[in-house]
Amino acid sequence: MKKTIITVVGKDTVGIIAKVCTFLAENNVNILDISQTIVDGFFNMMMVADTSASTREFGELSAQLKALGEEIGVVILCQHEDIFNMMHRL
Amino acid sequence: MINIFEVNETNKMIQQENLDVRTITLGISLLDCVDSDLAKLNEKIYDKITALAQNLVGTGQEIEREYGIPIVNKRISVTPISLVGAGACRTPEDYVTLAQTLDRAAQQVGVNFIGGYSALVSKGMTAGDELLIRSIPQALAQTECVCSSVNVGSTKCGIDMDAVRLLGDVILQTAELTKERDSLGCAKLVVFCNAPDDNPFMAGAFHGVTEADAVINVGVSGPGVVKRALEKVRGKGFEELCETIKKTAFKVTRVGQLVAQEASQRLGIPFGIIDLSLAPTPAVGDSVADILCEIGLEYAGAPGTTAALALLNDQVKKGGVMASSYVGGLSGAFIPVSEDQGMIDSVTAGALTLEKLEAMTCVCSVGLDMIAVPGDTPATTLSGIIADEMAIGMVNQKTTAVRLIPVIGKTVGENVEFGGLLGHAPIMPVNRFSCAEFVNRKGRIPAPIHSFKN
Repeated sequence: MKKTIITVVGKDTVGIIAKVCTFLAENNVNILDISQTIVDGFFNMMMVADTSASTREFGELSAQLKALGEEIGVVILCQHEDIFNMMHRL
Repeated sequence: MINIFEVNETNKMIQQENLDVRTITLGISLLDCVDSDLAKLNEKIYDKITALAQNLVGTGQEIEREYGIPIVNKRISVTPISLVGAGACRTPEDYVTLAQTLDRAAQQVGVNFIGGYSALVSKGMTAGDELLIRSIPQALAQTECVCSSVNVGSTKCGIDMDAVRLLGDVILQTAELTKERDSLGCAKLVVFCNAPDDNPFMAGAFHGVTEADAVINVGVSGPGVVKRALEKVRGKGFEELCETIKKTAFKVTRVGQLVAQEASQRLGIPFGIIDLSLAPTPAVGDSVADILCEIGLEYAGAPGTTAALALLNDQVKKGGVMASSYVGGLSGAFIPVSEDQGMIDSVTAGALTLEKLEAMTCVCSVGLDMIAVPGDTPATTLSGIIADEMAIGMVNQKTTAVRLIPVIGKTVGENVEFGGLLGHAPIMPVNRFSCAEFVNRKGRIPAPIHSFKN
């Protein structure tokens, strides 16, 4: 299974996690881990997710998450974890 | 497991520091297309390229989406056309039909450049080589995506001065035929010494005869990432400076390695090499000159520039080499003028001259690149500049290249605008003393003594 990293960065507001999680649940994406922190007043969240059971194709999921981010006023990215493992792990 | 800070670091590199994969280049051998009938040859070339490369652009875009990393260019390189066309072409115009076929195939599969309209003549020219070289001005004027290169020297063979002399004329003719577009044709023509067989970067990419039938080569970039990393070690010693460049180059190259592996697997084409280059673009914050300034120079070109560039080039290689299983191509820092805003600023400020650039090419990965010179520069002077640069490559056992643009109708003090990734440039003065008698001697310069290693 290829894990997916979903990041949410932006101005903190009520309900960001709820909205993102609702979207993922509706699309059958399983969340494996969540970490969240505030850096310089900005909301930073990272989710490790399993998209293999999702009904949607990866590109479509990613585009819809991006659109959801624009709606909430945050930036949502959806990437395969390999890019981070390659860069930060030997 | 990966943590949030590492994820943020990667995404910041991509979003704020212009980290990208500069190119996925599909190398295609055209040797099996060879035919003595020109029409058949054209047909076979078109069919082979469009069949092998049909999924290249789509696959590149798929990888971009899944990993969130921009892949700026998808390109093709082919076997040097002088070899492919030698049996069928009797005139330069015959060769031009091959250039048009390459152009058509490139546009069909959606790549932005196709390289390999090339000849390898480091020891001498065959009839086919000479016809191809003579056809370059027409070929570049009549096509959009075709890039041309000629290898005129090597450490093993010396320098073919007959080809160097001919290329002075060819560059001027190319400039003349494309003068309506600020002599843009010359931006697609590179003269090499020790050209590598697997370079993925344009305009000098071709698929060497030592290569397999098809291969994926990837060129990484990331001058902006190195510059940002160095901002954190201002005033620190050389050890910390070098460590920072190495670590950053490692991270940047790992992304290239991932993209290369994925592209190779999805296209079912073997992975060739990663080219570890710091390739700038005219975008602000994507400049090699800015790295030199961050290292401690007021402008690129100031005293100390060659030493700073040597250090940068070496550390990029040391960091990158461990990040990939196969490294090749040009691998090092590029120092084009028009494609690097920091270099343009240095020229405009009067800090950087053609002579200093020549010195810098002794320690960087390529050579005199994307330099606009006055349109009335004599062909023999262009050949003299090429000969100097080739000599540096030959003696130092490294790749050197020349991509000069004599801008017809313009002179020092004026600017030239090429657009897009090719950028813009102030026209630089050229030494006005003659080298005609030297260039007009026939024959070749022998290989240097240290080439006899057997």
